[in-house]
Amino acid sequence: MAIRTAVNKALTAITALPTAAALVDGNLTLLTTATASSSATLDFTSGIDSTYDSYLFKFYDMHPATDDTDLTFQVDVGTGTSYAQTITSTTFQVFHGEDGNSGAIEYKANRDQAQGTAFQPLCQDIGNGNDESMSGHLHLFNPSSSTFVKHFIGLGTNVYSGDGSIQIYSAGYINTTTALTRVQFKMDSGNIDSGVIKMYGVGDKQS
Amino acid sequence: MAGFTGRTSSLIKYNDRSLKDLTTTPASVSSSPGALVHIKTLTASSSGTLSFVHGTDGVVLDSTYPIYKFEFINIHPATNGVAFEFNLSIDGGSNYNVTKTTTNFGAFHSEDGSSSALNYDAGRDLAQSTAFQTLFTSGTLGNGNDESTSGQLKLFNPSNTTFVKHFMSNINYYANSAYSINCYVAGYGNTTSAVNAIRFQMSSGNIDSGKIKLYGIKDA
Repeated sequence: MAIRTAVNKALTAITALPTAAALVDGNLTLLTTATASSSATLDFTSGIDSTYDSYLFKFYDMHPATDDTDLTFQVDVGTGTSYAQTITSTTFQVFHGEDGNSGAIEYKANRDQAQGTAFQPLCQDIGNGNDESMSGHLHLFNPSSSTFVKHFIGLGTNVYSGDGSIQIYSAGYINTTTALTRVQFKMDSGNIDSGVIKMYGVGDKQS
Repeated sequence: MAGFTGRTSSLIKYNDRSLKDLTTTPASVSSSPGALVHIKTLTASSSGTLSFVHGTDGVVLDSTYPIYKFEFINIHPATNGVAFEFNLSIDGGSNYNVTKTTTNFGAFHSEDGSSSALNYDAGRDLAQSTAFQTLFTSGTLGNGNDESTSGQLKLFNPSNTTFVKHFMSNINYYANSAYSINCYVAGYGNTTSAVNAIRFQMSSGNIDSGKIKLYGIKDA
């Protein structure tokens, strides 16, 4: 009979997470992963509730089908599909061209909203060259609150279609006291050719 | 069977199930760099201040972590037109008066669309001052029922006794004049003493409601 050694040491010697525990990564709990493949939209329609005080969306190499486009987002309540909640927001950018010119920081009045219901840009003018994309994150605070407006803070960095690096700092609030339940991302023109968006619950569960 | 001295009729139960049934992460793997470790949540309820003091009520604010992160969830003031601010302590919370030099910039936009800008707020930075540092740029926070601020502040290496203590914050708030304001405040506590407490408060009146969550961020 072959003797099998008890694996008491296994728990202290773990170097990779087993499946169940892999859901927890540094107190960011991965809830949903959406992968684009010539996708018109990427929708997160479940898992946004009172479980966590805030939610973090991470963008990995969002690549547009159409040149010179922005990754944008909107939210909705209940089982709504209109994605047209009221937003007041700010946006500013830092830019530097590959040619070493045009370094600047400036407010972007064409990417903010004043009680608007449009999709909110998270970046600016992504190129659709093979190696061009956008990465970043969006932090959404307490979406399930039925008392307060819903604050968000985003940071995106992308390859500008005119060949340069742009960082876009967007923030604001969704001006509703109704609980948010869903978030939709899309390009402002054309499909999301490829890219991954991961949604995490941040920190401990609400307490 | 070399090395086996037990009864050959007994089987050792193999516990493969212990791995796949895990519901929490073992300490050996939860210490990955950059991991957030929840330390303490303070919930305001008409509170004059919210303070995190090392060694008090489960708060850790020492060399255990190189970076500490405070997350603000819907901080709501009792009084209209106030600022959310903080200060540091090197004496366990007896005094919150660490000298600070800071910067303050942000972007604002009114709900009516009539006003927007990115600006440095020279009236809200500090130059070797012991005053509380506002986390707001430009306006002030409203106390309307749906008005609040959310965001975060990171404090770097507070227990260090060689260097000054850097901090960086980024919050968004609903100004009482119906503006959305995105604020970036950073600087350093100009002390080489260990910082062991931090206090948050409104510039006037109570914190009516809201949460502040303290996390430690592990290094390698």
